[in-house]
Amino acid sequence: MEHGHDHHPSGIMRWVKTTNHKDIGTLYLLFSLVMFFFAGILAMCIRLELFQPGLQFFQPGTFNQLTTMHGLIMVFGAIMPAFVGFANWQVPLMIGAPDMALPRLNNWSFWLLPVAATLLVASFFVPGGAIAGGWTLYPPLYMQQGISGDMTIFAIHILGMSSILGSINIITTIMNMRAPGMTYMKMPLFVWTWFITAYLLIAVMPVLAGAVTMMLTDRHFDTHFFNAAGGGDPVMFQHIFWFFGHPEVYIMILPAFGIISTIIPTFARKPLFGYSSMVYATASIAILSLLVWAHHMFTVGMPTAAQLFFMYATMLIAVPTGVKVFNWIATMWQGSMTFETPMLFAIGFVALFTLGGFTGIVLAIVPVDIALQDSYYVVAHFHYVLVSGSLFAIFAGAYYWLPKWTGHMYNETLGKWHFWLSMVGFNVAFFPQHFLGLAGMPRRIPDYALQFADFNMISSLGAFLFGATQLLFVIVVIKCIRGGAKAGNKPWEGADTLEWTVPSPAPYHTFATPPTVK
Amino acid sequence: MMSSLIKKLGGGFVLAMYSMLANADYALNLQKPESAIADQIFNLHTITMWIIVGIAVVVYGAMFYSILKHRKSVGHKAANFHHNTMVEIVWTTIPFIILIAMAYPATKTILAMRDTSASVMTIKVTGYQWKWEYDYPQEGFKFMSVLSTPRDQIENKAAKGENYLLEVDNPMVAPVGKKIRLLFAANDVIHSWWLPAFGIKQDAIPGFIKDSWFTADKVGTYRGQCAELCGKDHGFMPIVVEVKEQADYDKWVVEQKAKAAASKDTGKDYSLAELSQMGEKVYATNCAGCHQAKGEGMPPVFPALAGSKVVNGPKEAQIHIVMNGKPGTAMPAFGNQLSDTDIAAVITFTRNAWGNKAGDVIQASEIKASRK
Repeated sequence: MEHGHDHHPSGIMRWVKTTNHKDIGTLYLLFSLVMFFFAGILAMCIRLELFQPGLQFFQPGTFNQLTTMHGLIMVFGAIMPAFVGFANWQVPLMIGAPDMALPRLNNWSFWLLPVAATLLVASFFVPGGAIAGGWTLYPPLYMQQGISGDMTIFAIHILGMSSILGSINIITTIMNMRAPGMTYMKMPLFVWTWFITAYLLIAVMPVLAGAVTMMLTDRHFDTHFFNAAGGGDPVMFQHIFWFFGHPEVYIMILPAFGIISTIIPTFARKPLFGYSSMVYATASIAILSLLVWAHHMFTVGMPTAAQLFFMYATMLIAVPTGVKVFNWIATMWQGSMTFETPMLFAIGFVALFTLGGFTGIVLAIVPVDIALQDSYYVVAHFHYVLVSGSLFAIFAGAYYWLPKWTGHMYNETLGKWHFWLSMVGFNVAFFPQHFLGLAGMPRRIPDYALQFADFNMISSLGAFLFGATQLLFVIVVIKCIRGGAKAGNKPWEGADTLEWTVPSPAPYHTFATPPTVK
Repeated sequence: MMSSLIKKLGGGFVLAMYSMLANADYALNLQKPESAIADQIFNLHTITMWIIVGIAVVVYGAMFYSILKHRKSVGHKAANFHHNTMVEIVWTTIPFIILIAMAYPATKTILAMRDTSASVMTIKVTGYQWKWEYDYPQEGFKFMSVLSTPRDQIENKAAKGENYLLEVDNPMVAPVGKKIRLLFAANDVIHSWWLPAFGIKQDAIPGFIKDSWFTADKVGTYRGQCAELCGKDHGFMPIVVEVKEQADYDKWVVEQKAKAAASKDTGKDYSLAELSQMGEKVYATNCAGCHQAKGEGMPPVFPALAGSKVVNGPKEAQIHIVMNGKPGTAMPAFGNQLSDTDIAAVITFTRNAWGNKAGDVIQASEIKASRK
């Protein structure tokens, strides 16, 4: 096998002009890390204000900016780009391709992101401040935003373009550039999950772009799409938004499933249980995800028949999701497990994502949802699937592939500290929020009644611990880039995908001659 | 800076720890249900939770057993199986059956929740930024319900009361044991009327009427909050419902009717001092949330009234804004919220307070004239 040498421009222009999938993957991951800390600081401010009842640090208007931008930036700036970063690094390496199919497009997809991020961050400093009506952008409240409302709409357009171009690239790469012998049903599951995710992105990002464009024309050209006084309907925006928004949830979790399905077999030293049922379950989840959007809107007063349909469809998603969890546990079963940091995060993922899935079933039951909608129970639910789900999978994947990316082993002791402190901090922060929601605390409020005080203080303490712990991750990554024990081609005994056949760090050009898959 | 931060946090922390010791009854579940629907919701949640606990025991049990026993450090050798069609069919089918079992009672409750027929009376609830209006169309009166927690408590300048942020000036009142239909609307943005004890959460959407219903089990005071983010003071528009015996309710209705008749505009002209005095109260309830207590506003979103060009300019322009609101901002049309006298008073007050020296007096008759 031949691997090309390291010919590339140096300095800043290497990164600006790069068309190399590894460079672009690194850019995505670093971008995501920066945005993760930015949105994380917003979250720390939220928990600081909620530490005790009364207004201490932020006025209500500012508080609403914090919650809104925390959500928007975490979703579009941190979680999604991180997974695209993984796709860029790993998809070509795992299918034995020399690069992505459309390298220049790849460069463009990435460099759109900093433009959008600049718009979003700058919107804090314009008159009136950043948008404050929630990341869901519901009108008519959105119509009351100042100039930041338009900046956010343009940022979303740009982010959407980036996602669509990235998805086209991933689909094209997977369809055309697999190594000889790698049939679809031999692709690593991470590649499969991204393949399906990319289709979902192409299906729904244009819908979001349409919704925000309608809002833009409502704001400036009196189109009244969402204004009842002009013959429109504010609830129509919610339907369009969640037609994007619910698949978006799966866009943020399917690649996570792929990472976990790669890591668990490696550290259990046993093949993934039910590979084909995993593929079918992923596809079923993706299709069902397009049919359940209105479960985010059970309190808008839609027809009873619609409530019933969306309840049944939502409950149905539990079946393929359950299959996935059962398969992961069956993969561990009778294995020979070791518990390095990637495996710890993967097990943390399975345990806590399952908990988020359980509360998802509770919320699917319409009458119970009506009691819990827009309460802290929902906040707890989606943080269990997005933080201990998506984010834990991102950490798992980062620890798993860092040796391949940098050529060094990360510091295992620090990695384990990172996991355990995250685990404790996360649960202390978010588990009590279930109780707050059940007891009747609405979300998105800067101040609360006295019976919610104790759990809010506990939650804030957990959040501070979780937030501070993430600095450890940065330390581990920097140490790992700078040095550490040399990683061989295959530092993990049980790994069997193609990236482990190339040296570590992976040379700038890999698989110039495609490998043959038996 | 740092020391004040520590004081703020530390003091609160000690207090909270103390209150945790003193007050052991944590709310770990849904609020106590006080209506038939809330009761069904409570039971559905309980059933669902037990099913989940059962599944969790099996799933986590298998996982942690495997983590303990099937590890390299105890010398376990890896097996090599990778699928088992029978097992896979079983664990796809069983969840399916469990879900059907859960869907059946849920469906029954949904149908009951949606049935607003055979109600004995209707109350129309309208959401405003940031207060609720309760309209009793059969009785012919309506009133606004506004947060009554003093500003000092929110800003930590006074001790917080028992019902901090969950208290209003005029609660909604309903008779016990009667099926009451609620209609929901909103004036500006989407709000959501959430009363946990009755199992109701219904979005109030501008331009549309939605409905729900409840039958209160017993007399009492029930509290809730707006559940849909509706702007700056979303956290400060609570819902309070007082459920009374029919006789007490009837008495309350008579009082309300008398009050409504008394506050009907008399067409009387007031002096500048009288108007300013009345206007100050109207201002505190309706305007101070955005334009602030001393008219300083929160620019650029909520403009200052002190020194404002509009407030110090021709009165017609100010009357127009107060009556019709300002589209695209949070400034509502007060024309359909307040009486002629109240509007006249609050405009007069703002034109003669905080250094504003318009010096003129606006009478209710002028407001009445502007409605045409």
